[in-house]
Amino acid sequence: MTITLLPGSATAAVALSGVTKVYGRGRSAVLALDGVSLDVMPGAFVCLVGASGCGKSTLLNLVAGLDEPTGGDVRVAGDARPGLMFQDPALFPWLTVAANVELPLKLRGVPRRERRDRVAALLDTVHLGEFARRRPHELSGGMRQRVALARTLALDTPVLLMDEPFGALDAMTRDLLHDELERIWRERRLTVVFVTHNVREAARLADRIVLLSSRPGRIIYETPVDVARPRRIDSPEVSALAADVTDRLRAEVGRLGH
Amino acid sequence: MATDAISGLDALEVAANAKMPRRAARVWPATWPKLLAAAIAVAVWQAVVWTGWKPEYVLPGPVTVGRDLWAYLLTADLWQGLATTMRRALVGFAAAVAVGLALGLAVARIRVLRAAIGSMITSLQTMPSIAWFPLAILLFQLSEQAIFFVVVLGAAPSIANGVIHGVDYIPPLWLRAGRNLGARGPALYRHVIAPAALPAIVAGLKQGWAFAWRSLMAGELLVVIATKTSLGAQLNFAREFSQSDRLISVMVVILVVGLGVDAAFGAVDRAIRQRWGLDPA
Repeated sequence: MTITLLPGSATAAVALSGVTKVYGRGRSAVLALDGVSLDVMPGAFVCLVGASGCGKSTLLNLVAGLDEPTGGDVRVAGDARPGLMFQDPALFPWLTVAANVELPLKLRGVPRRERRDRVAALLDTVHLGEFARRRPHELSGGMRQRVALARTLALDTPVLLMDEPFGALDAMTRDLLHDELERIWRERRLTVVFVTHNVREAARLADRIVLLSSRPGRIIYETPVDVARPRRIDSPEVSALAADVTDRLRAEVGRLGH
Repeated sequence: MATDAISGLDALEVAANAKMPRRAARVWPATWPKLLAAAIAVAVWQAVVWTGWKPEYVLPGPVTVGRDLWAYLLTADLWQGLATTMRRALVGFAAAVAVGLALGLAVARIRVLRAAIGSMITSLQTMPSIAWFPLAILLFQLSEQAIFFVVVLGAAPSIANGVIHGVDYIPPLWLRAGRNLGARGPALYRHVIAPAALPAIVAGLKQGWAFAWRSLMAGELLVVIATKTSLGAQLNFAREFSQSDRLISVMVVILVVGLGVDAAFGAVDRAIRQRWGLDPA
């Protein structure tokens, strides 16, 4: 079953219509995405959930403009360049924490004095003000991911793409970062597209959960999340929703005979 | 704000503010094994002399050489020779760095160029630099240029290889992150590719220096320019006049210069590793 969401809405922050991506050529060609259409409204928090190999990361690369679709259309409102975060914080080890956050500002030609103030404010946003002069390797995994978040926010982009950003963290750290991300999303009215294979995480964070099938990646199911915020990952409503989505995901995995 | 308020369990990973031991306490553990090794080498040398394997005027003992070395250090000859040799080394090395960096960067990023000359750079590197001298002497006679030519050819391939290696091993994720943060074209080179490749580049420079220094010594032994004294020329004269103690004194000076430069590269390398957090704690 393919649910095609009404594409082409002019007001969407991110609009995908009939996006197809093929890797390789000839016999070894792999169809990573097959006709994916998805509109993400400004200020929405959408979680893409799917088993590994379903082309979630491919989708984000296309939206981030790091890769071109084979077919279809990817549009980002106002030609904003979305910020991208990965499971690995991908901080640059030769720069201090502050210099990492400063880099996007520097690349954009923001004057030095303004840069300094912006970096301080951004680090305060992620509660790492006192770690400005440290090196990335001196921080814990969760703190590094906070720095990566601050660095992405320095792009001043309305759209945030996150590729399993908390996948490598322990549950307690992850909970804290969920709260933090939710707060920043609301304060800055960001549009977030968040990829995860953790269904609970999706139910904790999203306004809307979109389920992707594997090989080729297609949208097979989507549901709004009506649970009131603030949410807790272990609340009954979140758990019930997670169980429901997990069942759908299982059915999909079963269909493929894995 | 306290760390535990913003991190979960992984606050336990945060490195505590480790106390830096005092300088003397840091230097001594690295120094005594070197001193001991040097002492053992000198002792073996002395033992060989005592066996009477060679007469004293061919193989003098450490004490004789030590006395000559002291006298040698007080001569103007040494310092003039050292100045000539170091000037040649630095000029040649600087040219090799310019050639090596440009060549390495071009080969690393331009596919056709890599296919064309990538493997040639490695084969150039394995070519003993002394094998270049007959050609260099034909081209430039017994001149500074001949030495310069061979020093650059000896060192540049290692430096180029360091750059190629460094660029090849940059994690693709860093490039993706850099591009997403707005670094494109020259900015990507300046802010991501160059600093990410720096450790390998420094390793290439260090190896390049070793090749330059060897080529230079070979050159100074072969290309003796009568009007100019140099370490290599002095080594040659000492052999010709059978001054075996002076010969070993010159060798000691050459060795010490090599050790000094190696220590400088080592310090740069350590600083980078510490910065990146690759130093074993």
